[in-house]
Amino acid sequence: MPVISIGNLVKTFGAIRALDGLDLRVEQGEVHGFLGPNGSGKSTTIRILLGLLRRDSGDAQVLGADPWRDAVRLHRRLAYVPGDVNLWPNLTGGEAIDLLGKLRGGLDRQRRDELLHRFDLDPTRRCRTYSKGNRQKVAIVAAFASNVELYVLDEPTSGLDPLMEAVFQDEVRRVKQAGATVLLSSHVLAEVEALCDRVSIIREGRTVESGTLTELRHLTRTAVTVETARPVTGLDALPGVHDVHEVDGRTHLEVEPTHLDALLGQLIRFGVRALTSTPPTLEQLFLRHYGDDPAAAATGASAAAAATGASANAAATGASAAGGSGASAAEVSDADAPADAPRGGVR
Amino acid sequence: MSALTGTTRLARLVLRRDRIRLAIWIIGTPLLGYALAGSVAGIYPDQEARLGYATTSASSLVARAFNGPIHGTDLGAVVVAETYVTLALIVALLSTFAVTRHTRQNEETGRAELLGANVVGRYAPLTAALLVIVAANALAAALLALALVGAGLSLAGSLAAAAAIGGVGVAFTAIAAVTAQLSVTARGANALAAATVGLSFVLRAAGDVLGEQSADGTRVRSAWPSWISPLGWGNQVRAFDGERWWVLALPVALLLAGVALAYALAERRDLGAGLIAPRRGPASGAPRLLSPAGLAWRTQRGTLLGWAVGVAALGLPMGVAADEFNDMIDANPAAAEAINAMGGGDDLINAYLTAMLGLFALTIGAYVVQALLRVRGDEADGVLEAALATAVSRTRWLGTQVLAATLGAIVLLLLAGVTTGLGYGIVTGDPLGQAVELGGAALLRLPALLVIAGVVTAIFGLLPRWSVVLSWTALLVFLLLGQLGAVLELPQAALNVSPYTHVPAVPAVDPAALPLLVLAAVAAALLAVGVAAFRHRDVPS
Repeated sequence: MPVISIGNLVKTFGAIRALDGLDLRVEQGEVHGFLGPNGSGKSTTIRILLGLLRRDSGDAQVLGADPWRDAVRLHRRLAYVPGDVNLWPNLTGGEAIDLLGKLRGGLDRQRRDELLHRFDLDPTRRCRTYSKGNRQKVAIVAAFASNVELYVLDEPTSGLDPLMEAVFQDEVRRVKQAGATVLLSSHVLAEVEALCDRVSIIREGRTVESGTLTELRHLTRTAVTVETARPVTGLDALPGVHDVHEVDGRTHLEVEPTHLDALLGQLIRFGVRALTSTPPTLEQLFLRHYGDDPAAAATGASAAAAATGASANAAATGASAAGGSGASAAEVSDADAPADAPRGGVR
Repeated sequence: MSALTGTTRLARLVLRRDRIRLAIWIIGTPLLGYALAGSVAGIYPDQEARLGYATTSASSLVARAFNGPIHGTDLGAVVVAETYVTLALIVALLSTFAVTRHTRQNEETGRAELLGANVVGRYAPLTAALLVIVAANALAAALLALALVGAGLSLAGSLAAAAAIGGVGVAFTAIAAVTAQLSVTARGANALAAATVGLSFVLRAAGDVLGEQSADGTRVRSAWPSWISPLGWGNQVRAFDGERWWVLALPVALLLAGVALAYALAERRDLGAGLIAPRRGPASGAPRLLSPAGLAWRTQRGTLLGWAVGVAALGLPMGVAADEFNDMIDANPAAAEAINAMGGGDDLINAYLTAMLGLFALTIGAYVVQALLRVRGDEADGVLEAALATAVSRTRWLGTQVLAATLGAIVLLLLAGVTTGLGYGIVTGDPLGQAVELGGAALLRLPALLVIAGVVTAIFGLLPRWSVVLSWTALLVFLLLGQLGAVLELPQAALNVSPYTHVPAVPAVDPAALPLLVLAAVAAALLAVGVAAFRHRDVPS
């Protein structure tokens, strides 16, 4: 049973459609990255999961319960770090931590003190005197000092320095080890890469991609540079090969992972002297979804749009649902995108 | 680049941000002055009535403490005695809050940093704020002078009286310019400046109480404490009684000194820093804090304490004045009639006490609105989101806030009744009996305050974004219906809108249970609507 399961979620604010059929599935014990450009609906989704906002339509279940109806009961089992932490200005940091912990149902004193020490946070200062980073630390300490099943973290480290970022990552690993589930909304790609078992990318209120990072990489082209004895020909005719150009006798091109084998078969006939193949960086992966390339967006949207009703979860988790191997993930990508659709139009 | 670069642009920004506030201030103060002058002229139409008023005011210590010294029997002098303190306090607080809003608040929110990184001199933000606020005071004073002349008062006196009021605004502009440098928070800066206003009031009251009555009995010559109070300076101008124009140099001198000091302080400190270091606090939360109720007490106790001090400080002298009131009535039948219209009933002392308790109930209504609007403030600040993401239900959270505001209202009502009773009892020889009786009478106003709590809660639930505006508007409407309804001869149906209309006028008449029960039922219904709406809406919204 998934810890979070959202299907075809819709939320509007007046004329603005913040969530437009969003799907999300987070399994027990995983750290799930929740990514998307600013304003794509991440915080709205999280607030619906916390029962703060009411959904217009669609399904949302958290720990097997309805987040709106069973909000109070659920909140004993989860901890939340808001994206923009605001605290009671005249309480000290220590008081705010204890208050949040107590209202949630109690916290581990020993862990609290340990976390204060690790995050180097002075608990005697008034909250109004804290910087953004320190306010975030207050919410992080209050969350990780609670023994709960689910941690909902909305861009928790956006104000932390690299040292504190490392401490934060340790804490996420610790609660994961203890069996807890983490939903982590983040823009820090290194953090996502280091922590997340699976990620979901959303855009304009819809899920455009979901799977392990390895799987997602297979959805993006690999950059290849090759130096051959004779000039290479016939590349343009190969399916899945793009952007072929020659500089100083070297051929540069991009290829879809599923067509790599055919490409190599062609190249080898011209006497390969040197070849480098660069897998897509995480950044390229995100830029592809974050940027406003209509084709790329449409491709993603069609995947999400296909995911409706009872079959929502299986289809929405896309690549990963199809199985762990790269080959079957690539099949999913093929099924989602026609061969002639331009993929990954960004740089 | 000079330290003043960008002042003009920033002044325009201040004007843009405050265009509505400033307009209300600049037009509202003269209008209020005009209305008050007209009503005073109606109550004291002839020389005989004014002679009686002046003699009583000069000999009454309570009148001296609250209205300041009287300067003769000119109609203008009576108008000044009746209105000066109110208007002066209004402009003092308006100026204070405006200065803080455009200086320290900008630093606290980080807006000043954003501006300061541009081509903006070190003194420019402060100078821009002071320019606009001093100009606003000057403009409001000019219009007030016109309004007073329009109300039929002499030109020289009107000018002097209006300049005196403007001078108070200017003086507190200077004081706020300094407090804005001292405290790190806007709240702290406002609190410091407001405390200075309070201290000035006390000094002026002391100086006027300790002053001497002139030989003809119609004038008071204040003692020295009035001279060290910026609020007292305005009285020393002696508008309508051989104006002493040179006194107006005092607020101007204070402005220059204040600006110089504020510049010097600004030069010595960092942006965002203050000269009063914020205090450290406990490293962990005491058990009594760690609940919605504990938090409500913690966040509201300061406000409640301030209100309690204010209510008690007003109640006692108002009670003492009840006895002097007899003398005043003898001297002025028109005033008696006015009080009678406010309170009702034949026994004038009881009518007076009823009117005072009614005023307290109205004022404490403002406390209820202020206390309950904290929930909306928390929602707007994002604190409510963090709280509701814990295992606390919305009903419990909002219910706790309503309960806290209600308990606060009970405390303040009791305090108002008991202190008024003590004051009246001390002069009549029955402090305990009067304290108990008036304390009980004051508590009978609670159902009206519960209705106000209900109104605010319902607005918060249904129209959260409009909470602040609508809640204060509702209270203002109730206030105007209560104060002006009878004078304007509004139909009873309109008067019935205000919960205060339905409170039995105890002690002037006997208490009745039915209206109180109806009020309580209305309050309960409004609260239920508010809580239900809050449970079903988005947070934050």
